[in-house]
Amino acid sequence: MIELLKQPWPWYVSGPLIGLMVPILFLAGNKAFGISSSLRHICAASVPLKISFFQYEWKQEAWNLFFALGMCIGGFLAMHYLANPIEVHPSLKNELLRYGITDYSGLVPVQLFNWHSLWTVRSFTMMIGGGFLIGFGTRYAGGCTSGHSITGLSTLQYPSLIATICFMIGGFIMVNLFLPFILSL
Amino acid sequence: MQKADHKKDNQLLDSNNVNSSTFKQSKLYFIQYILLGCWFGLLLTKAEVISWFRIQEMFRLQSFHMYGIIGSAVIVGMISVWTIKKLNIKTFNGEAVVIPRKEFNKGQIYGGLLFGAGWAITGACPGPLYVLIGSGASIIFITLLSAIAGTWFYGLIRSKLPH
Repeated sequence: MIELLKQPWPWYVSGPLIGLMVPILFLAGNKAFGISSSLRHICAASVPLKISFFQYEWKQEAWNLFFALGMCIGGFLAMHYLANPIEVHPSLKNELLRYGITDYSGLVPVQLFNWHSLWTVRSFTMMIGGGFLIGFGTRYAGGCTSGHSITGLSTLQYPSLIATICFMIGGFIMVNLFLPFILSL
Repeated sequence: MQKADHKKDNQLLDSNNVNSSTFKQSKLYFIQYILLGCWFGLLLTKAEVISWFRIQEMFRLQSFHMYGIIGSAVIVGMISVWTIKKLNIKTFNGEAVVIPRKEFNKGQIYGGLLFGAGWAITGACPGPLYVLIGSGASIIFITLLSAIAGTWFYGLIRSKLPH
């Protein structure tokens, strides 16, 4: 059994299981599945600074923060007990080789994301710049992949379809137009 | 106008939490969501959704993996929600399931494009940030802090942005 769990879970197993999070959270406590709100709750809890967007009873939404904490633990358990190596597509390997990225062992490329190179222009742009766009963009869009793409589409809401399409367009533009430049910094 | 917006926003937040009584069932409530988060974090790791390489493949159309995951997740989600509505299934506490409605505004376009770009650079959405930190990629804590700063900055300049 453990051996089976240690295999990579194919998309047709993991995808449906991810989809099931929507009814599970609705039935467990009437919660709409979504992760990016946790970033807002963290702001509201730590540095609200009289900004009206952060003036609300974040404690009532604390489930989101416990869920995020659980996700950390889940990541730890998966890596320590059920890890599997990740196959990288040969043409992606070829492309990355041009930018000196040759280590595919981690979930993130260790040559780009590590403490040592944090202050290089390339890594700083990717780690700090990328993170900032995640936080700013998800809140501006009112949700992320879980809130819009999974929950929003599951509940047939057209604003979520627009958001999802824009996530994809933004990603395609970044990867194919700007990222080659950033990677060669 | 803007004030009304905030009010609506906060009401929306409140309405997500119809059963504020659960908050008072403290310990069980905490444990329940920690366990659910734990399962979801494990699931995302095994699904390789949190891999930077998988996200790059998706935006380069080099692999079907991510499309298969998102597509099948949405289909299962849709069928589940449809079933809940059709059979009028109640929550475990016996309440009617409330599905919050999302209103369209231009933020979904501008914010969506920006988030897509951030997703493509870091290979992570907010969920995977937490999972990656747990999985041992401690440097992603910096990315998470930056994401929190991004959300905070949005709150700061919200009234000046087109919505």
